[in-house]
Amino acid sequence: MAKDEFTEFKLVGTRPDRPDGLDKVTGRARYGADMSMPGMLWAAVVRSPHAHARILRIDTSKAEALEGVKAVVTRADFPEGLTGEEWNLQENTIAGDKALYDGHAVAAVAATSALLAQDAARLIEVDYEVLPHVIDVDDAIKPDAPAIRPGAADATVPEGMPANVVRYIDFGHGDVDAGFAEADLVMERSYKTEATHQGYIEPHACVGQLGADGKGEMWVCTQGQWYIRKMCADVLGLETAQLRVTPSEIGGGFGGKTTIFMEPLSLALSRKAGGRPVKLVMTRSEVLRATGPTASASMDVKIGMTKDGTITAARAEFRMQGGAFPGAPVDMALYCAFAPYKLKNVHHIGYDVLANRPKCAAYRAPGSPMGAFAVESLVDEMSRELGLDPLDVRLTNGVREGDRASYGPTFGSIGLIETLEATKAHPNLLVPLGPNQGRGIAAGYWFNHSGETSVSMAISEDGSAQVSVGTPDIGGSRASIALMVAETLGIPYEDVRVNVVETGSLGVNEPTHGSRATFASGKAAVVATGQAIKEMCRRAAAEWGIDEDAVEWVNGAAQPAGPNAGKFPPLTIREIAGKMGETGGPISGHHEGLPEGVGASFGCHVVDVEVDPETGHTTILRYLVVQDAGRAIHPSYVEGQYQGGAVQGIGWALNEEYIYGEDGRLQNAIFLDYRVPVASDLPMIDTVIVEVPNPGHPFGVRGVGETGITPPLPAIANAIQDATGLRMTHLPMTPPKVLAALKAAGRG
Amino acid sequence: MVAVNLWSSLTRFTDGARVVELEAATAGQVLDGLKAAYPGLAPIVDAGVSVVIDGEMATGRHSPIGPESEVVLMQRLKGG
Repeated sequence: MAKDEFTEFKLVGTRPDRPDGLDKVTGRARYGADMSMPGMLWAAVVRSPHAHARILRIDTSKAEALEGVKAVVTRADFPEGLTGEEWNLQENTIAGDKALYDGHAVAAVAATSALLAQDAARLIEVDYEVLPHVIDVDDAIKPDAPAIRPGAADATVPEGMPANVVRYIDFGHGDVDAGFAEADLVMERSYKTEATHQGYIEPHACVGQLGADGKGEMWVCTQGQWYIRKMCADVLGLETAQLRVTPSEIGGGFGGKTTIFMEPLSLALSRKAGGRPVKLVMTRSEVLRATGPTASASMDVKIGMTKDGTITAARAEFRMQGGAFPGAPVDMALYCAFAPYKLKNVHHIGYDVLANRPKCAAYRAPGSPMGAFAVESLVDEMSRELGLDPLDVRLTNGVREGDRASYGPTFGSIGLIETLEATKAHPNLLVPLGPNQGRGIAAGYWFNHSGETSVSMAISEDGSAQVSVGTPDIGGSRASIALMVAETLGIPYEDVRVNVVETGSLGVNEPTHGSRATFASGKAAVVATGQAIKEMCRRAAAEWGIDEDAVEWVNGAAQPAGPNAGKFPPLTIREIAGKMGETGGPISGHHEGLPEGVGASFGCHVVDVEVDPETGHTTILRYLVVQDAGRAIHPSYVEGQYQGGAVQGIGWALNEEYIYGEDGRLQNAIFLDYRVPVASDLPMIDTVIVEVPNPGHPFGVRGVGETGITPPLPAIANAIQDATGLRMTHLPMTPPKVLAALKAAGRG
Repeated sequence: MVAVNLWSSLTRFTDGARVVELEAATAGQVLDGLKAAYPGLAPIVDAGVSVVIDGEMATGRHSPIGPESEVVLMQRLKGG
């Protein structure tokens, strides 16, 4: 029986203290840069100052002659012959023939101190032949754009496309031309979003150790220790199992720490330095220049709508650049763009385009925020044009269970309508607005993900429980998994400790990505706990001399399942655990697999803004997030995910962007110039947790981490239109851009 | 036979068909069947795709498919 069929939970849905709270407020939590080891060396990286350049010569002799320098590596120290994504990862770790973007690593050095390593890096001489570069996606897709990597296109790209198109996708259903012909209003707009960075507080950091025997270890800040292990092994030509990777506490990832950037460099340097451990910590500038921001996008959308708000047809063409490597999330952007709408006729076209920028990484619901910006902006504009309430238009067209999704499959259990209705009932919508103020709403969607998952749990001698998971805790998964295990065992939350373990302790786990940790590791932990319960029931049955099927587990104890099973007082978990050494040894459970039953999540945001007509500055007055969580295991963490997603989306909408000069160099590679929202920029983010339980999870969990970043971009654009009458179609909507638009309209 | 829905730009490998029929009882058999029937799809399938069965992403090659199942091929999905 699915546990969600129970009407009451004792622990699930409560808000106990977070298990990592004391460590974090006292500074005791150990992050990537906190690891130090005896004999450790420090590394520094030489990076290309050019956006696109052929590497003619690298002279490391002066650096190697410096006292205290123990190793220097270039691409020549890495194996040859890699292909596909493995080659992409190696090429991004350290440039081969060409530097492909400003900040691309060219060489690395290890020395006895950090300052010495930096001095040595400056002594490495690199001769470049500067090549033409291209930064903007619309420029990069032109037929005469500099060809960055000829031959990089995959089999999806038909012949004759521009040289920088490396992936192409085209899908849809129905007849869009017939659909547009049925519409009373057809509108078409073009939109652009700029690349933004995840902006995690903790820069990438690791200590790598690798011997000549091919055995090594790494301590690293990551969302996925098994991904780090596999990718480093691929790039360095190692046997995967010989590398043991331990994740540190993590100061944010948001997708940006699901891959490698500089980690293989520390291992390569260590191997060359006789196996001494090598520490490599990125500066903030290196993080912005040389790790993976999201893609930038250029998007055309056309929608047909009848007078009552029914959408008759929709078409989208998205172009995205994800740096000098394939991987811009144009497919997922298109899949999500129209997902909230039931559409008979829809057509999507997408291009993944190379540009001379860093290799993009995943960023919270990759692609979905851009798609939502384009589609939700146009739906809002058309609703206003037809004099319709934009929330009612979304209810009119909103998808329900059994509807065909815009991207093809049929939806299972989803909670969009419940989310929209909860939004409509919220008091924020009744707050009167003043001059220069406006209100915007938008919906958003994310699939959520399952993935390879391996979890072990064990009962301790005193009846407490430990759980070993492979998904680093970024947003509260230790607390949520402890709550689910404690609920299942019938013991206090405080009696369960959840440990995030290294790669030698479990089978392969995918990272904490795709909003999967509480869903997948949680589901596996519940199954593993069930095994331990079964074993405890078996031992109780043996003690009583009855059949094990005649024993049930209730409130943390084994008891006879009914009057016919015999009359025995319950045996508590503490009593059974205390005798485990005499009754068969350790009591544990383990589950691994690819958990099925992922539940998608919809959200709806409402934002009130005030636009200063003299400066163009937008102030967020009120912000509401309404989202379907399936079941909120620890509601405070769910609310935190909603608020965090909204804040990152606010930054993307209003301020954040990668700014490049004419020379192709990143101009704002520090947080002073790349401005993320801070607490003083924001009101309290209001939240409503909608619970439409996911039938695929024992407690009804859907992932909650990603959907929240999707609606803010269009919701804020819609609010700015409501406040000013101006439709902003190019993010970020900075004060200078808004002021220029106001002046152009004669109102600034 | 199972009807497999493809994305449109794959039709140049399938003689224009957006829906192809295959003998398959699992997600893995769908992928193998597509490659065998339409060799042009092999590099795309091998690069990684998602098979969605009755609205749910197949978690592996073993995921079962019934004769009435809705099967949709999508690009590989993960997340941040």
